Amino acid sequence: MTEEKWTVKFVIFRKKGDQPPRYDSYVLEVDPDEYVIDGVERIWAFHDRSLIFAHACHHSTCGACGMRVNDVEKLTCITKIRDVTTNGGSLKIEPLRNFPIIGDLVVDMTRMYAAMDRVHAKAVHPLSAAPLEGEGIRPPKDVPRNNGDEYLRLADCIECGLCISACPVAGTAENYLGPAVLAAAQLQGLKHNPDLLDLVDCADGLWRCHSAYECTAVCPSNVDPGWRIMDLRRQVVGERIKRWFVKA
Amino acid sequence: MDTPKKPNTRGILDWFDPRGRNVGGWGFIINRLSAIGLTVYLYLHLYMLGKLAQGPEAFDAFIETAKQPAIMFGEMLVIIAGLYHGLNGLRIALNSFGIAVPAQRQLLYGVVGITLIGTVVFGVRMLTAH
Repeated sequence: MTEEKWTVKFVIFRKKGDQPPRYDSYVLEVDPDEYVIDGVERIWAFHDRSLIFAHACHHSTCGACGMRVNDVEKLTCITKIRDVTTNGGSLKIEPLRNFPIIGDLVVDMTRMYAAMDRVHAKAVHPLSAAPLEGEGIRPPKDVPRNNGDEYLRLADCIECGLCISACPVAGTAENYLGPAVLAAAQLQGLKHNPDLLDLVDCADGLWRCHSAYECTAVCPSNVDPGWRIMDLRRQVVGERIKRWFVKA
Repeated sequence: MDTPKKPNTRGILDWFDPRGRNVGGWGFIINRLSAIGLTVYLYLHLYMLGKLAQGPEAFDAFIETAKQPAIMFGEMLVIIAGLYHGLNGLRIALNSFGIAVPAQRQLLYGVVGITLIGTVVFGVRMLTAH
């Protein structure tokens, strides 16, 4: 934290029940090194107790505070105000897209949680069950690295839903599994989970992806769903080719 | 409390919303626009071919019309759309085999670069031919 103070206008999306949506503005004096969620909490605490928003851990573990900040999906507990606006500027805060709105900034993410169950995504990944290279990936060449040095862990999805909100096709294909779910399927691997093949190898599975890579751009945990979807495609194509040569 | 069902989306309008997009997102938007443009062009092309069935006079009259600057500009757009859509298809196909996924951004720059070069070459040839 610094002694520096900024004046920032928060423009907050509001919607309750069947009411039409509107935007309410609140001008706050903030420390630019505070996080966006701090400003939202202050609005709730000192300006409007009817504001609905979700938060819990405040350190990018729970994935509850995902919102759209100035049109970009952000995990607001790790997004510093100075990184998304300027002194005298504004912050437009909206709920995630492609999920039903429960109220104000909170969305119903059943779509994602139910699909996560379908691909057997584990709620907790013990280190022994979350190897760096995962299943079906050929290390070290194909495993994404952080700045070319460290391997990225492949089990860091916090199920925040930012990737599904950012995906341009998830809004027009309600049954599309979505980036987080396909990434989870890729982590399970098709070799040891052949029942996943029919689930992901279909029009609403990995072939619905149109390679915009917005999921990878907004992911706060470096899961790289875009790369995982493409790797899953490689696995599926490999399985199909294998079937040509192996009798059933 | 009833569970809300309708997703928070503007449907296909969100395909073309450029706000907050990254390089891959722009690639997606241009890919969709070029696909729509090429589909419209397909019907115009079929209409033009239909002129052949109306005899040589009708076809020649249409060709004269096609030499108007506005039509030639439209042909340039077709070349841009065709080059971009085809080359981006190759990029996505490569990525779908797990090839060069971390370099998808650089591949898109290459697609745009080759599209621009091809457009200039075609434009020069078209202008010198008339």
